[in-house]
Amino acid sequence: MTAATVVMDKSAPTRPRYGSMSRDRRWALRWSYFFLVLFAIFFLTPPLYMFITSLKTSAEISAATNPWWVYHPSLTNYIELLTSSTYIIFFRNSAIVSIFVVCITMIISVPAAFALARMKFWGSAVLATGVFLTYLIPDTLLFIPLFKMFAVFNEWTDIQLINKWWVLLIVYPTLTVPFCTWIMIGYFASIPKELDEAALMDGANYRQILFKIFIPVALPGLIAATIFAFTVSWAQFLYPLAFTTSPDQLVLPVGIITTLIKGDVFNWGQIMTGALLGAAPPLIIYAFLMDYYIAGLTAGATKG
Amino acid sequence: MVDAAISDVRELSTPAKRTGMRRMLQRKSSIAFLMTLPLILLIGLLVLYPAFYAVHLATLNKSMQRFVGLSNFTFLFNRETFWMVVRQSCIFALTAVIFKALIGFVVAHFVHNVPANKQRRWRGILLIPWVIPPAMSTLAWLWLFDPSYSAFNWILVHLGLSPVAWTGDAYWARFSVILINVWFGAPFFLIMYLAALKSVPDQLYEAAQIDGANWWQRIWFVTLPMMRNIIAITVLFSTIVTFANFDIVQVLTAGGPIDKTHVFATWAFRLGIQGGDIPLGASVSLFMFPILAVCAIFILRDIRRRGNEAS
Repeated sequence: MTAATVVMDKSAPTRPRYGSMSRDRRWALRWSYFFLVLFAIFFLTPPLYMFITSLKTSAEISAATNPWWVYHPSLTNYIELLTSSTYIIFFRNSAIVSIFVVCITMIISVPAAFALARMKFWGSAVLATGVFLTYLIPDTLLFIPLFKMFAVFNEWTDIQLINKWWVLLIVYPTLTVPFCTWIMIGYFASIPKELDEAALMDGANYRQILFKIFIPVALPGLIAATIFAFTVSWAQFLYPLAFTTSPDQLVLPVGIITTLIKGDVFNWGQIMTGALLGAAPPLIIYAFLMDYYIAGLTAGATKG
Repeated sequence: MVDAAISDVRELSTPAKRTGMRRMLQRKSSIAFLMTLPLILLIGLLVLYPAFYAVHLATLNKSMQRFVGLSNFTFLFNRETFWMVVRQSCIFALTAVIFKALIGFVVAHFVHNVPANKQRRWRGILLIPWVIPPAMSTLAWLWLFDPSYSAFNWILVHLGLSPVAWTGDAYWARFSVILINVWFGAPFFLIMYLAALKSVPDQLYEAAQIDGANWWQRIWFVTLPMMRNIIAITVLFSTIVTFANFDIVQVLTAGGPIDKTHVFATWAFRLGIQGGDIPLGASVSLFMFPILAVCAIFILRDIRRRGNEAS
């Protein structure tokens, strides 16, 4: 053993080996940068092309010059869209729906996660796993029965749900609540038990424990869950496409696709501007809260 | 006398305390139940009930007045389009997941190689496709693939190649749909694998290097075993999401040309909502269930196992 180490120490030509290793590493770094740039081009081409097209007028697009360059940049697309009442309505509907869904999601999932993480009761473990499994049931399996359910509900109560934007407030939480509850369970479970035991000793009740200890301590998780709920409800496409049709009830993704694409006359400058503005809120949130966003993304699979 | 009084008090107080404790415990579990009640109601009424209702709907005739048993399914089995949709769904999901996982794995290594202070920026740039709502980004792809103004074809023509009918030709349309799905989903794998790579202790690599392992052996014997769990769970997750994908296919091709790119979700939408045949649409969407159930079982097993390891 010692002989071996001595031999290794004595085998002086370690220096060239070290040199080659660092050279290897330098080459690995260069290749990494090279491929990273290639992949970044692949990943960023569509959003950049959206931006390029959004600055073009219809005349320049139909002139079929170099599509990757803007010769006469103009903001007419932006001005037209932001002054058109239909687009503003789509944007407003999307904003209202997303904000309400975030609130509903938090009101349902935070207490439930607290109860499931800390207050063991009959069936709580099964329920926690069940919550996770419902997250795996996709919207594409549920939209047809939900459509029929709302129609039946209309026959029974005369309350019209189909083709009203607030039907989305009922169905979006099914997409957001299971995942948010699941990651909040993970965050709550990671809080040391001594903390709430000490609070119980001091005579705090459960509401105080939740609001004074758990929510402040698990705030990063709460922010991650909020971001998740917002981006999911902002991006959801199938439910609004199936459940809403009249232009004043549409949310942004469906609105752009159904109203800006009129027949065969594709006004691509405006479509790209609309899509870019529609992608802006999630992108802005991501730009400022990237770490929370990524924490929420990875928490779902690594926690629990 | 005093002693007796004290013992009296003791005797009185202990049972009282015990019932108090019991009541508190009862109260605790009922409070807990009340706190989870909205969640249970939501899942029960809007997830589980519709899932079973879909099974019921699938056994009705088109006007939904008569029970027809399995004839919706036999009708589907006799249609060529159905088998085309089955094949396309499987090809779509498998190819997309494999390429997403591969690209995610490779790019995660590139990002991991970069000095730590620059990793954040690269990660930030490379996750952008995942952040943009897929309906919006698919519009950009649709415009990049436009039959007469395609920006890709412009490059191809300038390189002296012939233009490609990206969404017009059946095979190219299938390729395009998968390409967009890979573009959208690969960043998710990248982030997950990057997080997993960071959790592999450096000592293991150093030990492997001292033993003379080359880069391939390091990946095969150190990285992959350490990341096995996270790879399994991301692949299962992504299989479910990709199999149930709707947005990309609907916006890019809406199933065309001649139904060649339909997957279960878009075909169910076409038949159920646009075609007005709700039972048939429900039957089609139910075919997603077996593969989802298989994935769910594997994921559940993984969660159980990890729960056992933790405790």
